[in-house]
Amino acid sequence: MSSYITVNADPPKAKTKRKVGKLAVQEAVWGFIFILPVVLGLGLFYMAPSAASLFLSFTSWDGLSSPQFIGFDNFANLMKDAKFTGSMLNTMLYTIGTVPLSVSIATLLAVLLNQKIKGMVFYRTFYFIPVITMPIAVGMVWKWLYNSEFGLINHVLGVMNLPQPNWLFDERFALLSIVLVSVWSTIGYNAVILLSGLQGISGSYYEAASLDGAGKMYKFFRITLPLLTPSLFFVLVMSFINSFQVFDLIFIMMDQQTTMLESTRTVVYSIWEDGFKYFNMGYASAQAFILFIVILIITMVQMYIQKRWVHYQ
Amino acid sequence: MNTSTHSGKAGRLTVHILLAVGALLMIMPFLWMISTSFKSFADSMSVPPKWLPIDWHPDNYLRVIQTIDFGTYYLNTTLVTLGRTAGQLILCSLAAYSFACLRFPFKNTIFLALLAVLMVPSQVVMIPSFVIMREFNWLDTFYVLIIPGIFSAFGTFLLRQFFMTLPKDLEEAAKIDGCSYFRIYWNIYLPLSKAALVSLAIFTILASWNDLLWPLIMTSSEEMRVLSIGISSFQGQHSTDYPLLMAGALMATLPIIILFIFLQRYFIEGIAMNGIKG
Repeated sequence: MSSYITVNADPPKAKTKRKVGKLAVQEAVWGFIFILPVVLGLGLFYMAPSAASLFLSFTSWDGLSSPQFIGFDNFANLMKDAKFTGSMLNTMLYTIGTVPLSVSIATLLAVLLNQKIKGMVFYRTFYFIPVITMPIAVGMVWKWLYNSEFGLINHVLGVMNLPQPNWLFDERFALLSIVLVSVWSTIGYNAVILLSGLQGISGSYYEAASLDGAGKMYKFFRITLPLLTPSLFFVLVMSFINSFQVFDLIFIMMDQQTTMLESTRTVVYSIWEDGFKYFNMGYASAQAFILFIVILIITMVQMYIQKRWVHYQ
Repeated sequence: MNTSTHSGKAGRLTVHILLAVGALLMIMPFLWMISTSFKSFADSMSVPPKWLPIDWHPDNYLRVIQTIDFGTYYLNTTLVTLGRTAGQLILCSLAAYSFACLRFPFKNTIFLALLAVLMVPSQVVMIPSFVIMREFNWLDTFYVLIIPGIFSAFGTFLLRQFFMTLPKDLEEAAKIDGCSYFRIYWNIYLPLSKAALVSLAIFTILASWNDLLWPLIMTSSEEMRVLSIGISSFQGQHSTDYPLLMAGALMATLPIIILFIFLQRYFIEGIAMNGIKG
């Protein structure tokens, strides 16, 4: 992956003789004109707000009067704020629940889809539809499925004589309920990326292994899995980043007043609450910055330990 | 590549059964959503739940349209999606061409700065953006829903990576013929990059159509509601009328599902391409 991101993009020099001075200036001018809209737009709408956010996290601000600089008070208060530490814990539990489950099921699915069988496209469609469905619609239908009295899930569990939890209204199950929905809606995306990784593995490895009399399990663990590690690495990095930013499902599946929010509130939900419900914009900015740092650290740790387990062909 | 060269009929049957059971689990919520959307209110509350409606109520869909201003939500969401997608395709491809093919001072530095944008989560940008949009008087308008969304570091990066793979010969030939840089971009690079452009378009369409947090913060009036906001406030008002809610949820997400079924190959290829090159 990293080898692809080469920064030096200068095209080889043209073989024709050219008046370097005038043409080079012309090329540079056009080069700047072409990038200008994107650079200005990203500067105004992304870079400047990022810098402003860092500044705001050291202030107390209601969004209207002028921000009061308060040093590290926001960060100190956040460490003592049970709502924030709880939301960070929930976000981590959510991630630990979602990512391994989704990625391992997706790996199995990708291997199955990679068998040359009829109807592959047909199956793939079914697994992929949850990925593209509007998260709000996903949350609404699952809320209905989880309904303790009239929901389909508890009906099926009842028929099978299994316990019927009050999913979204039991603090032991509320976060798990959200995790299951996330797994359901991310399997297809991860499987598609892993499948394309599988399709990139040269068949000659398997032929050589077959000649040596290797069995299926041996091939899977000694050929498929190692050669799939670059795709697995990408899927894991992206899944972690996305999981730490979960908001939509909690927003739609949890009532805003429910006490269950204590066990399901995520960091982004907390940022939204503090920033746009209570207008503690400085406090919310500080949370956003902590989230950024946590995501950055987790991504960097993954980049660092990839050397130990990712095999590039 | 085929790992199952020697697997017999039994092996293939096992694979089919596993895939079919999984597919059923994946599709079950949709079937339940469709079935519920045609039930009467009383019917939806029956214990035990019935798989199919006792009598069918297609009028639930009509009631959704009568209860909330679905037409406005559709129109708003469509305009936002089209605006962002068209804007990104044009601006990102232009910048990507420049980064991939032209020489100018500080190019690599500027490009790295753009890549840094990719790392900042949108929540960090959200709060100051709200203030900037308020200063612009853009809150609760189409400007706030569309304009910030047409600049994309991801899109520029994706297309730049694709342009880098194209052979330079054509460009050199065009230069000798005296083509302008814009002509080279428009007549050579864009036509050769349809796959990458479609892939970016699909990402942008999906993200715009399903977007929740940005419109939730930046808009407040009924007239500016997009579908995700519209149906979530609908849930707030009719929290137990599930036939109505399911009809609304289905209507909100159906256009994307239909688009997916028709453009499936591009969706899958786009995501796979992004996965490998990202």
